[in-house]
Amino acid sequence: MNYSMKIKPDTVRVGLKPTPFIDRLRPLNKFESLAYWQGYWSPADFGNPEREYFAIRNTTSVFDLSPMTKYRIKGPQAEAFLQRLMTRNIAKLKPGRVAYTVWCNDEGKVIDDGTLFRLGPQEFRLCCQEHQLFWLLTSAAGFDVSIHDETDEVCGLSLQGPTSYSVLRALGLAAVETLKPFELRDFSFGPGSIMVSRTGFTGDLGYELWCAPGQALPLWDALQSAGRDFGGVEPIGSTALDMARIEAGFIGAHLDFMPADQAVRAGRAASPFELNLEWLVDFNKGHFTGRAALLAEQKAGSKRCLVAVDIEGNKPANHALIYHRKKTEVGHISSGIWSPTAKRNIGLAMLQMPYGKSITSDLWAEIYVMRELKWEKRMAKCTIVKAPFFEPARRRATPPGAY
Amino acid sequence: MNQLSGVEVAAPSVQSSLREDRVYDAIIIGAGHNGLVTAAYLARAGLDVAVLEKNPHIGGAAVSLSLYEGWTYSNCSYVCSLFRPEIMRDLELYKHGLQIIPYEGGMTMMANGERFHTYYDHNVFRQEIARFSKKDADAYDAYSTAVMKMCRWIKPMLLRTPPDPTSFKPRDIAELLYLGKHFASLGERDMGELVRFFTLSIADFLDEYFETDVVKAHFAGSGIIGTALGPYSPGTAYVLLHHYMGDIDGSVGAWGFARGGMGSVSKALAGAFKSHGGKILCDSEVAQITTQGGACTGVLLTNGNVLRAKKVISNLDVKRTFTKIVKPDVLPENFLRQVNNFKIRGSSGKLNIALGGMPIFDNVPSEHPSLRGDLHFTDSMARMERGYDDWKEGRWSADPYVDMLVPTQIDPTMAPPGKHYMSVFVQYAPPTLSDGRSWDGPARDEFAQTVLNQIASQSPNFRDLVLHYEVRSPWDIERETGLTEGNIFQGELTMDQLIFNRPIPGYAQFRAPVRNLYMCGSSTHPGGGVMGAPGANAAREILRDLSIRNFDPRQEAEI
Ligand SMILES: Cc1cc2nc3c(=O)[nH]c(=O)nc-3n(C[C@H](O)[C@H](O)[C@H](O)COP(=O)(O)OP(=O)(O)OC[C@H]3O[C@@H](n4cnc5c(N)ncnc54)[C@H](O)[C@@H]3O)c2cc1C
Repeated sequence: MNYSMKIKPDTVRVGLKPTPFIDRLRPLNKFESLAYWQGYWSPADFGNPEREYFAIRNTTSVFDLSPMTKYRIKGPQAEAFLQRLMTRNIAKLKPGRVAYTVWCNDEGKVIDDGTLFRLGPQEFRLCCQEHQLFWLLTSAAGFDVSIHDETDEVCGLSLQGPTSYSVLRALGLAAVETLKPFELRDFSFGPGSIMVSRTGFTGDLGYELWCAPGQALPLWDALQSAGRDFGGVEPIGSTALDMARIEAGFIGAHLDFMPADQAVRAGRAASPFELNLEWLVDFNKGHFTGRAALLAEQKAGSKRCLVAVDIEGNKPANHALIYHRKKTEVGHISSGIWSPTAKRNIGLAMLQMPYGKSITSDLWAEIYVMRELKWEKRMAKCTIVKAPFFEPARRRATPPGAY
Repeated sequence: MNQLSGVEVAAPSVQSSLREDRVYDAIIIGAGHNGLVTAAYLARAGLDVAVLEKNPHIGGAAVSLSLYEGWTYSNCSYVCSLFRPEIMRDLELYKHGLQIIPYEGGMTMMANGERFHTYYDHNVFRQEIARFSKKDADAYDAYSTAVMKMCRWIKPMLLRTPPDPTSFKPRDIAELLYLGKHFASLGERDMGELVRFFTLSIADFLDEYFETDVVKAHFAGSGIIGTALGPYSPGTAYVLLHHYMGDIDGSVGAWGFARGGMGSVSKALAGAFKSHGGKILCDSEVAQITTQGGACTGVLLTNGNVLRAKKVISNLDVKRTFTKIVKPDVLPENFLRQVNNFKIRGSSGKLNIALGGMPIFDNVPSEHPSLRGDLHFTDSMARMERGYDDWKEGRWSADPYVDMLVPTQIDPTMAPPGKHYMSVFVQYAPPTLSDGRSWDGPARDEFAQTVLNQIASQSPNFRDLVLHYEVRSPWDIERETGLTEGNIFQGELTMDQLIFNRPIPGYAQFRAPVRNLYMCGSSTHPGGGVMGAPGANAAREILRDLSIRNFDPRQEAEI
């Protein structure tokens, strides 16, 4: 008897899971350079991350967002549930708008951050990096709400860069110029429709396009021809995207903070205050998970703080330890790059208080550079600055300019 | 608002010049990018600074003008690599809109229809060279290492003031010691190599590595650009280094486009300068630098206005400064003689072309990545040298070496959607024609046709796409930017005119032999190109003379 005949193909798949765009992306990924994102096939770069980075800041870049975890949250108590879950005031989020938010555990530590799309009065989509269904369903006990993982039912492309508006106009999206930052809208496309939100992870003019997997390839092809006259729509990988998000001063899970539900070691998880996200915490909206702990932290003071730093020299300081007076260890750089646009060596740094708040000078990053098989150590002076490191006016302009 | 350049400039202010009592801390003559760098550093240090520019627009040879509706040209310089990142950082130029976008690769289109491509990825490029010669492919590694060693050596010198080897001042001695130590750090073998390198021809240098003509011709281009020497002339190896020693975001030797054209460099510098309270007066040509008792007191403009200043800094090349706007009687005779002997021969021309679409080139797939890079036609060393022979005879090259780019494949701001701007740098063209004709006649367009024909010979649809073109002969370059003879570097880059010899031995520290008069243009160390280093170095020396706290030149040159 042939047992294999009874096994459905999907039950034995070992290896990376394709996204609906893979047939277009794989042939372009000539150096087969991949990043590991939730087990999906996801490019790290297409051969030259610098070139891809400049597509974000100069023309239009396109990044396959499909592996992004997505939950559809709906029902009469959807708002009440999210109000309880999130630190932000979700009642203020109107249908057709998107909000960046975090959610915490009872200790007031951040589980993850993400974008919450309000699709209707009783309907939301939550997009985030980590898997949350266990936490969402546990938290939903007692609420009249349904929560559904729609990660594989909705695919997405992030279209970011100064010509991205021109590309969407050329794509034929009517009145897309009126779409404001953090607004979402449905546009007819082909036989169906796509959802477009003016959101992104780059701090630049940009949009995210969401559609059913069946529309993925037609959408991809249409974008490529719409972009031809505007310097192209350049596929990018996560390396370039990460550069842009650091310039924008955005944080990443497992990079700048350890998701609280995954932290094994005590003291590793971080609160919104420690992540410089106090603007996301609304104590006046009523109870929410972590509220008591955060109130207590607000009173007692936080243990750490995330700051933006300008680092002397040109050697990227990612993961460097930070010392006060070159002697006392006071923190580390959680994300660091040479910024090709600001022409500065920049980083986000997690510091032990009072460093970063009342003690801000004489801070040094200990950078190790591997040069022809020899480690060289640099002590580079860090200056605390304001994030974002780069914030073009076009990011917020409505209607946006042609480039 | 100056519509032409899109650069906001103050109109010449008659009022301020009539206010006899006003004495500026510093006046900079010329709003070339180096003049603007000096100006911005001085203003940042708190000085009251004015920049005087003869043209209605700023930028000198780093300029973007719109001559055909919908298009912006980088009229002179067109690609950027040398501009020091320290300056961009110090002056926060990104806040004033400066963005340098690297391009990758390129191609030489050979007469026989073959194409030699260059690629960003090292191994892809090696494989391309191997199509022509496996030995050359491996030699490329050795060649790259040798060039990199030279770059590493030269780089820390760019933002330092050269020592005067004949002086006994402690600072000069310390700087000489530094130079000696820096030299010795190369090790015995490479010390010899470096000395040799400074005097070699690019042809001899390439012969040591490569056997394939087109490979050599492709690399040799960097050794002759802007230079009144042929590939077999001693000294051209250094010129190649001068084009390699820049970097974009740490990628040594990489070149890129300034978004919006090279005028964006000047525009950002002007923005930084103005943010520190500086003032730019366009349409203000300086006729003479005024002196009293052997010291500089200000300037006299061609419109008759007089402006007074405690320090005057000339962005003009050394020849123009000291033969045109300084009275000879205040200059030491020996100095003036050397100024007259300063080598500043013009050898380059330029075409800026508006295209109705992207040209197709024979045997190149459309949208091939190489088309986004630098394109050339000269496929042999002999062709290149013949181009130089024409120049020696006082003619433009009948078969010129061109460095051709279509920046609008990358920069969406310089032409309407779907249309393109092509920049064609042409080597060689003489400042004066031996047949006695003026450039201001049919000659200019004959020169242009030579270039257009060369391009059309490899592109079936090029001619049909041409909507407009601007032609710049060396004479046009001189007339507009004031670069003597149209020499793009404000003086040739040969050993006798480099480091402590630039521009003139004994005067390499940015000070003129007239008190309170300084030089900040590309005629000074470390030389030409859109680099900003001469301007920053001059600012440092001026601030030093004023005992004002200064910036550290040594900070981040290392690679
Ligand atoms: C055709 C061409 C192509 C080039 N291509 C490149 C390239 O791609 N990349 C690169 O790095 N470099 C390139 N270069 C070289 C580079 O552009 C120059 O070396 C550099 O711009 C010189 O800058 P500067 O500030 O020293 O002097 P300039 O740019 O020459 O500035 C001098 C200024 O002084 C003004 N002036 C002159 N006389 C007077 C007066 N009497 N009164 C008031 N103002 C006056 C002029 O108008 C000008 O604005 C190119 C140059 C040319 C000409």
